Amino acid sequence: MYKMKIENMNALFRTISGTQDLITPIRSAGQTNFGLWTEEASVDLHTLKTAKSGKDAFFPQSENLYTCLRKGQRLTIEPEALRERPFTVFGMRACDVRGVEVLDRVFLAEPVDTFYAARRSHGTIVALACHEPEESCFCQVFGTDCAEACADVTVWMVGDMLYWKELTEKGIALTETVGALLEGADAADEAALNVEKEAIRRITEQLPYTGLSLEGWGRDATDVKFHSPVWEMLYHPCLACGTCTFVCPTCQCYDIKDYDTGHGVQRYRCWDSCMYSDFTMMAHGNNRTSQMQRFRQRFMHKLVYFPENNEGMYSCVGCGRCVEKCPEGLNIVKVIKAFAPEGGERNG
Amino acid sequence: MQELRDRVKALLMDGTVDRVLGWKAGDLPYNPEAAYFETPESLTEFIYDGFCGANLSKMMIEASKLEGRTLVCLKPCDTYSFNQLLTEHHVDRNKAYIIGVACKGKLDIEKIHAFGIKGIRRIRGSEADVASGILQFETIYGEKSCAYADAMLERCHVCKGKEHRIYDELIGESKETKDADRFAQVEQIEAMSPDKRFAYFQKELSKCIRCNACRNVCPACSCRKCVFDSTRFDSAQKANVDSFEEKMFHIIRAFHVAGRCTDCGECSRVCPQGIPLHLFNRKFIKDINAFYGEFQAGEDIDVRGPLVSYALDDRKPGQTAERG
Amino acid sequence: MGECTCHKNYMPDTLIPKVGVITDIREETPDVKTFRVNAPEGGKLFEHMPGQCAMLCVPGISEGMFSITSSPTNQEYQEFSIKKCGELTSYLHDLQAGDEITVRGPYGNHFPVEDRLKGQNLLFIAGGIGLAPLRSVINYVLDHREDYGTVDILYGSRSAEDLVQLKEIREVWMKAEGVNVYLTIDREQEGWDGHVGFVPAYLKELGFTTDKVALVCGPPIMIKFVLQGLEELGFVKEQVYTTLELRMKCGIGKCGRCNIGSKYVCKDGPVFRMDEVDQLPDEY
Repeated sequence: MYKMKIENMNALFRTISGTQDLITPIRSAGQTNFGLWTEEASVDLHTLKTAKSGKDAFFPQSENLYTCLRKGQRLTIEPEALRERPFTVFGMRACDVRGVEVLDRVFLAEPVDTFYAARRSHGTIVALACHEPEESCFCQVFGTDCAEACADVTVWMVGDMLYWKELTEKGIALTETVGALLEGADAADEAALNVEKEAIRRITEQLPYTGLSLEGWGRDATDVKFHSPVWEMLYHPCLACGTCTFVCPTCQCYDIKDYDTGHGVQRYRCWDSCMYSDFTMMAHGNNRTSQMQRFRQRFMHKLVYFPENNEGMYSCVGCGRCVEKCPEGLNIVKVIKAFAPEGGERNG
Repeated sequence: MQELRDRVKALLMDGTVDRVLGWKAGDLPYNPEAAYFETPESLTEFIYDGFCGANLSKMMIEASKLEGRTLVCLKPCDTYSFNQLLTEHHVDRNKAYIIGVACKGKLDIEKIHAFGIKGIRRIRGSEADVASGILQFETIYGEKSCAYADAMLERCHVCKGKEHRIYDELIGESKETKDADRFAQVEQIEAMSPDKRFAYFQKELSKCIRCNACRNVCPACSCRKCVFDSTRFDSAQKANVDSFEEKMFHIIRAFHVAGRCTDCGECSRVCPQGIPLHLFNRKFIKDINAFYGEFQAGEDIDVRGPLVSYALDDRKPGQTAERG
Repeated sequence: MGECTCHKNYMPDTLIPKVGVITDIREETPDVKTFRVNAPEGGKLFEHMPGQCAMLCVPGISEGMFSITSSPTNQEYQEFSIKKCGELTSYLHDLQAGDEITVRGPYGNHFPVEDRLKGQNLLFIAGGIGLAPLRSVINYVLDHREDYGTVDILYGSRSAEDLVQLKEIREVWMKAEGVNVYLTIDREQEGWDGHVGFVPAYLKELGFTTDKVALVCGPPIMIKFVLQGLEELGFVKEQVYTTLELRMKCGIGKCGRCNIGSKYVCKDGPVFRMDEVDQLPDEY
């Protein structure tokens, strides 16, 4: 483990961005989101949750796939270049890192999504432990320890010190890049860090959603859950907007669309939402005609279908962004609780 | 709140109404949700407090199609939206029983979080019938507090007034919250140079994620099928690499609701990226006031709005465009 | 961190299409055309199996999933029978031979012609444009005649004009050995001396024995009643295959659109055995 005075953070960012792009939480127009670091950017590592998750770094909201040019009857296709420039995402929280692992299950499964894979192989993630978890957090329900986020590098900000632990080969490479700024940590530092980790874990034990139980969800729950009358009671306030899907670190549904630039047709891929009425619309009809069905699909996917296809892994990571951002106060926790007769709390 | 709940319950039990459209307690102290209550027993979850900001008027479009009468709880500003929907024949007055609920300003949890108040377990002072002016938070990180007014939504600081424009009965005591000029921010932006103004909106609108929450919550966006849901446009509903269309989306939407927007502020309340979308609408309202005389959509159902009526001495488009 | 070359080894992304040339357009019915597609340099764009689909796109308009109606045994080209019913299909119908479109695929699973169907007696039941995916299997079976038992084809449409591939049906299928073709149309019409009536009713009239595997494709309402009919005749679900169709964008089980339960129609389908369909939530 290494350490660095937090006052040197800017030097650290400057060093990283000397060899690659640096993506980190940046405050702009009153909101904190992951963005490209520049000398002028106001880095914000204190906001626990960026408004959007950091998934954009690997799966951007919109990206071109290719351009199609027409000359008479002839068409030519110019594929978009894959990511080549390395980059580091600094400051992802444990839940969002887990979110990337969920995306990996989708995009790295055969046939591999090469656009995503290129970004994954060129991206290094530096995860930041959560100093003060908030009431909307429930990552521990999914077995994530926000005191010890596992990525290429894990860092902690404790007092005026940044602790740095490299965990993978990419992490080692990044550590070498910034080596001049880091100094070895000693036993006292380890002790200080352990105090911090224990403090974080004590807090997560007290969070309002800590007792949330996933009993009854997961694989083989389709029949029972799908036909439940609970959905009909739950969905009413849903605005059919895409907020929950777009702030979610694991929602990966996308649309493929064309944009006529006048000089050719750009084919781009962009985030889509299963909450939108046209999501499943076909020329001859729609298989999900009501908002109840669309609402059900989103949660069934996260809590039943995805686990069914991925050895029980849920595609919710407990980041709590939907809890904070749903305009109508709906969220996955309310769904889970509504299905548990005892309110989703563990007994005792 | 007890008075309101009791009254609502009585109206449901004596058959005056078939259901109640109000707010249901959330699972955190600040996330109630809009809900229908159809049985007296279900009303145990009925609440009304400072976090019940959602404007329930638009839900009355669907409720108007239901069998029987729906009791709806409307705050003073919500009644403007209801009136506007009424003039557009989107809601059925006979199917609504309106309880005008008192308002002392609605709260913005994002502002509270921005004060560094987190790990919230309980909130005191947000109840509808408490008037201490202080919010107290029991959090994992200790006791915190802030002034009620400091945690209010922007719209409440420029409140149109605590008078309900339409109701069947009123319950509770409102408290005036207006302490700022509604058009001050618009004037500031008007005073900017075109470059600066463009940069301002560029920065704000580049945060847009095209979630459509602003549109879907907007009582003036009551089209059954939105032009932005058509697949025949390149801008259909989704974000493009080019940020141009996000601007178009919001500007076109502002045009579409011009003259009908009551300035209820729901667009800005629901925006997950904190974009001050109401500014577009307020600019239109300000201009309409300047061109055609003071007009407040939803204030009076018998007054035709200036954009849907014509007078020979109406301002000509040319004159309007000159203003830049 | 120097220039990296690791992804140079990647195959081109499956979302990047190939250019295909429409080399022939055959008008089947008033609203169905069959498009022959070749690679610009000639030959086929790819190899496929019966029942698989491909994404066809008119750039700037839209892209859609269509079943490949030609048999894999056809070495020269691929064919798509397309009914005009929406925006994209209208554009496709306006194209001329020589025009280029983009094609990607093949996607999805296929009818189990190499294992479960081998050695079986086959009963094909199709309605309208539903013949498109089955035609691929029928021609594959006819080209590997010795691998399969008897072949019965029950095909119906709204009218005589709406019967797709009528020329091939009359000139090839009806003349093939061990193949019985039963045609029907919904209503009486002049010049038609064949059977009149809906497919499910004709199925019951014909009363097939259950020593067969049934492959069913057509409009949802026809499938529903055909399945009832088959059940009445004593067929069990494990003997019946059909195809599902939902909105698709990626074709590889990632975009989330054709998701029914834990299955993706584009990847895990479009071919499902009826007992598998029964496992899915009722959302298709």
